[in-house]
Amino acid sequence: MNEIWAGIQEAFWLIIILDSDLIEITVRSLKVSFTALVVASALALPFGTWLAIRRFRYRRVTIAALNALMGLPPVVVGLIVYLLLSRSGPFGVLGLLFTPTAMIVAQVIIITPLIASITHQAMRELWSEYHDLLISLNTSKRQRVAALIWDGRRTLMTAALAGFGRAIGEVGAIMIVGGNIDHATRVLTTAIALETGKGDFALALGLGFVLIALTLVVNLAIHALSRTEREGTW
Amino acid sequence: MIHFIFAVLIVFSTQVQAETMRLAATTSFNNSGLSDVLLPAIRMDTGLDVQLLIVGTGQAIRLGEAGDVDAILVHSKTAEAAFVAAGFGTHRRNIMYNDFVIIGPRSDPAKISEAESAVGAIQLIFEARNSFVSRGDDSGTHKKELALWSAAVLDPRHFGPWYKAVGAGMGASLNSASGLNSYIMADRASWLNFGNKGALELLFSGDPMLFNQYAYIAVNPDKHNHVNIQAARRLEQWLLSARAKSIINNYKINGEACIYLQWHALALYYIKGLI
Repeated sequence: MNEIWAGIQEAFWLIIILDSDLIEITVRSLKVSFTALVVASALALPFGTWLAIRRFRYRRVTIAALNALMGLPPVVVGLIVYLLLSRSGPFGVLGLLFTPTAMIVAQVIIITPLIASITHQAMRELWSEYHDLLISLNTSKRQRVAALIWDGRRTLMTAALAGFGRAIGEVGAIMIVGGNIDHATRVLTTAIALETGKGDFALALGLGFVLIALTLVVNLAIHALSRTEREGTW
Repeated sequence: MIHFIFAVLIVFSTQVQAETMRLAATTSFNNSGLSDVLLPAIRMDTGLDVQLLIVGTGQAIRLGEAGDVDAILVHSKTAEAAFVAAGFGTHRRNIMYNDFVIIGPRSDPAKISEAESAVGAIQLIFEARNSFVSRGDDSGTHKKELALWSAAVLDPRHFGPWYKAVGAGMGASLNSASGLNSYIMADRASWLNFGNKGALELLFSGDPMLFNQYAYIAVNPDKHNHVNIQAARRLEQWLLSARAKSIINNYKINGEACIYLQWHALALYYIKGLI
């Protein structure tokens, strides 16, 4: 219990004195996870919606596979991305291993199935509601996807936030592909792992509380910006 | 306007100066806190921004073989010799040393503090079947521990559940040992710098067999032409300089280290000569 209290104090001081290392790794955490979120959303939102309105032969298999991929073990993703980006691997010439880009690649792979799957679930219900209307208006496939994405934007935001939460709290994959290099690829989660290794639990826990606070702030900010939970639309 | 130009010049010049290179170093190099002292000094003296990858010796050697780093700093002579013999490294340079120590519960149920030698100490642990945490991660420290067991003609593969191979870095393993109140072998600097000692205490040290040599090997550019061999050579020269020697020799950890420094005839860390 003493250690948890020491952790809260440590977090408080780190924020009060605006510790420059803390700011650096926090900004990097946000940058990496936001970039991964944008890329993953650009792939997953249209794909999940398309999956909801399109009927094709292997649809069930695709959906089952997508749902299974939600539980993709990050360590395995990290290892595969590592082997692909290593200098001796197929994409070695790009020199991307141990860079923030490699971390973004790993996070995109981890969160895309999650966002796509939640999107698909939400869009399927919306589509059953909109089906007759959109068909009778003689809309194109592209217009249908766009209409569903726009009208389901609040649910999609939940999907995106779930993806963001998984990305920013992830440590297994980015530790392997990023290498936890100080001033280059160290983020909040890998710093927590490092401080725990040093037996400095107060600092590790302090960083942990900063991470939790950060995800709270991000979620609140996005909700405030998109005006959910307001009168009439809740 | 002038301020702006100056600002641009400063930004530009620091970017030119900060040449980066990647060094895979053992967990003990970082957990001991030595890297936190050396890296800023390296940056100041040579302009090299050394990006440190903290891994076990086994993985460091794999990173060097794959060409993912420019140089490695490790501590397992056999593995290093094989690395150089296979042409992955240009040559092996002894940089510094410290020693391994055996840590255990303050009550010392196996009575290893009375042991005559390191091999004797681990034999006592074996006889007492007291819980023992092993790194189990193919690191230099793990290899040394295995060498001790084999010198005692014992095979950890046949040990019972008291022998716990945790497969983690030095600090994480010390955390496990602290939680389980186990015996563990660690390098002295990592132990001194460790923040969660709990009921553990340094129980045995001083056997010449526990000597721990760290070596630096630049990755061979003939194998991987993208490696930054110039930077790796500059770092090697710096590590052999008088300045590096004084920083490493004067490195102390929260006063406790001073005691050990005086106990030892030689400094805790010591740069060996050019050869």
